[in-house]
Amino acid sequence: MSRHAGGYNADPRVRRIEWLPWIVALAAFFLLPEYLSLGARILIYVLYALSLDLILGYAGIITLGHSAYFGLGAYVAGILAAKVGITDPMIQLAAAAAAGALLGLVTGAIILRTRALTLLMLTLAITSVLLEIANKATPLTGGADGLSGVVVAPVLGLFKFDIFGKTAYLYCLVVLLAGWWLVRRVIYSPFGTSLTGVRENSLRMHAIGAPVYWRLVLVYTLSATIAGVAGGLLTQTNQFVGLNVLSFESAGELLVMLILGGVGRIYGAFVGPVAYLIAQDLLAKQFPEYWYFGIGTMLVLVVMFARGGILGILDAALARLRRKA
Amino acid sequence: MQAFLAPLVSVAFHGAALGMILYVISVGLSVTMGLMGFANLAHGVFAMAGGYVLTTAISRFGVPFPLALALAFVLVGAASVILERLLYSRLYTASDLEQVLFTIGLIFIAVAVARFIYGTLQQPVALPDYLKGQFSLLGRDFPTYRVFIIAFSAVMVGLLWFGVERTRWGAMVRAAVDNRAMAQSVGIDTKRLFTLTFALGSGLAGLGGGLGAEIIAIQPTYPFENLVYFLVVVAVGGLGSLRGPFVAALLIGVADTACKYWLPQFGAFPIYVATIAILLWRPAGLFGRRA
Amino acid sequence: MNLALETRALCKSFGALTVADKIDFRLEAGARHALIGPNGAGKTTFVNMLTGVLAPSSGTIVLGREDITALGQAKRVKRGLGRTFQINALFRRLSVLDNVALGVAERRGVGFRMLRPASAHAEVRAESMALLATLGLAEDADQRILDLPYGKQRLVEIAIALGLKPSVLLLDEPAAGVPSLESDRILQVLDKLPKDIAILIIEHDMDLVFRFAQRITVLVQGEVLVEGTPEEIGRDKRVHQVYLGEQRYA
Repeated sequence: MSRHAGGYNADPRVRRIEWLPWIVALAAFFLLPEYLSLGARILIYVLYALSLDLILGYAGIITLGHSAYFGLGAYVAGILAAKVGITDPMIQLAAAAAAGALLGLVTGAIILRTRALTLLMLTLAITSVLLEIANKATPLTGGADGLSGVVVAPVLGLFKFDIFGKTAYLYCLVVLLAGWWLVRRVIYSPFGTSLTGVRENSLRMHAIGAPVYWRLVLVYTLSATIAGVAGGLLTQTNQFVGLNVLSFESAGELLVMLILGGVGRIYGAFVGPVAYLIAQDLLAKQFPEYWYFGIGTMLVLVVMFARGGILGILDAALARLRRKA
Repeated sequence: MQAFLAPLVSVAFHGAALGMILYVISVGLSVTMGLMGFANLAHGVFAMAGGYVLTTAISRFGVPFPLALALAFVLVGAASVILERLLYSRLYTASDLEQVLFTIGLIFIAVAVARFIYGTLQQPVALPDYLKGQFSLLGRDFPTYRVFIIAFSAVMVGLLWFGVERTRWGAMVRAAVDNRAMAQSVGIDTKRLFTLTFALGSGLAGLGGGLGAEIIAIQPTYPFENLVYFLVVVAVGGLGSLRGPFVAALLIGVADTACKYWLPQFGAFPIYVATIAILLWRPAGLFGRRA
Repeated sequence: MNLALETRALCKSFGALTVADKIDFRLEAGARHALIGPNGAGKTTFVNMLTGVLAPSSGTIVLGREDITALGQAKRVKRGLGRTFQINALFRRLSVLDNVALGVAERRGVGFRMLRPASAHAEVRAESMALLATLGLAEDADQRILDLPYGKQRLVEIAIALGLKPSVLLLDEPAAGVPSLESDRILQVLDKLPKDIAILIIEHDMDLVFRFAQRITVLVQGEVLVEGTPEEIGRDKRVHQVYLGEQRYA
């Protein structure tokens, strides 16, 4: 049985268990009102992880520079809000999406002509360029101090961003829902199946007449757009954007979140950030050095023993239970 | 004319020193990637470790400078053997993604350990008196330590190139880089070759990290912050090649110094743009053989 | 004589090493043509040039009436040139159905569709299942490639190429590595291939070649040694020498 979602024999209808994350998210809204800012952060990172999974898990593009699009979206939204005076959140988010799309299209078209190390290197270089710009263009970006004074008007003119984070949480949840719907449709589509084809055997895809390069550019652009939206959301919920959205450490962290959950499966992007951010919230404040040590160790262990992440372990456990039954 | 020339010479000189350090650190990475096909993004960890060994040996144990340098080389090389046998060797056949993830995990661990032991501040480097001050060369004064860096690195590079061209070990490395399967079938013990070469490359990285501690600051975030530079040297120079990264390192050293001097408001921006341009023109690097 | 595929003075050199030397080759429509030659003769290089994986140093390749020498792989496929690989190039973790459907979808021009589910494209699925049925693979449709025995994998390799509805099909050692129990299956499949497809088969298995081919081209060290019917080739002394007798070439 093919473990990948999608394919020409797959049932695309939403299974009942797929409603679980949304039920949990809504329950959290009502039952855990003190944790809504952490909750919004988790929702944003799930969206961010989904965008990375599209290119990493499905198309097989290995990148360390995905934070470029996240960071660009974050800064575009922030600059519009703090410097240009555009406070409508929808417009800010649309701008973040457009910026992500544009950068994704241009950089994707350039770097996807290369592979492996060269590609990886280029993704790092692109992020470094953005980081340098953000660092030096202080009047625009706030430089090393970051950009504050981000004003976000009420959503649709009705829902004000309150200090409890209720509006922010639901706002992020709705955007995540839209993003998830889009990603899911793409994965189950012929396009999504052709992406797994590219990942499994790029040579063969060429040999069946598929325009591999353009497919990759398209999915890369889509992924960058979603990452840009996630970045914009972060700025809007924090009302601040700093250099750390572009740092390699946070790019590494996103990779950890995705691997932890399981690459190449939609819900890996859900499970990973939830597990990571909750654990980080519980443990990291007391022992920050232990936290990074633990993350590093976990990453090494996952690669050596548990390649499929949490979902992979669950799969294996389920398979063993079924065999016993 | 003199006023115009002086900063040029100074930039070239300091750039060369930085370039030599970058090369000594990165050459191990280039050979490892060419030899084992393994993308060791954690290579900077070895350089950082060498830096910590050197500064700790000098400041806490009063070890003389030359011995501290040797220690940086030997200790880091030895530690890398343990890492290679225990961990790295299991992943030679793993996918690119797994190798990337594994090495990032190592970086996280190393950064945490460094922060825990040494705190977040840069390590101060206490140079011996005979390496401080100015050195007179061709009627100009240059910082003695930088001269030492260039001279010492040149010697190490010379030894390395000689070793690869003339020794049996070097011949095996060149064969295995060219065609691993073929090398195995002619009876080259690739496992031992990998370990030995990995140790040498990592030891050199440690040496370079210690030697360059004044130029590239030793702090816990070292492997993250400088990863781009080491990768640029290898990618632009060409994987598996020895000369390519040398040229690339010098180019980058000089270019970086020049940019920081004449265009400080742009930072390292021009370097990255140039790297992107070069890699698009020559994806295998300036001297690379594999596409 | 209706030519499906033709090369004129096709050459390829890597520096001083010439792997293809002025190859003139003609493949008729509906042909059953075999390309044989000792190891290192340049057969796979020739196929790689035909499909666009490798660019020739000089010469032209004509598909039907069109000069395709400058075209990329994907474009040649769209114009009806299909191939199988000597070593399986399959989507190993995908199902048999998906392997074939990918090619069918590309041919039908739906491969880029992003919003409608793949499984809703009933035409693609139906055509793929029908193709699998003609090859006896229908029950394995949902199996992953890496769970299949090698002989069946080789059949999927052919199925993918057939799904492209090629006018010219290049089969690179289709029976290579297949245990003799399973290779019969492959022979049957080859016999039943549509008559309007021009087929060029590269093979070392002489039984298969003489049973299947109507014309044979012998390639030695990048040059065409001789071309003719199986009887002519079987009697040709030079072919005997190259395969069996003294080595005239060092």
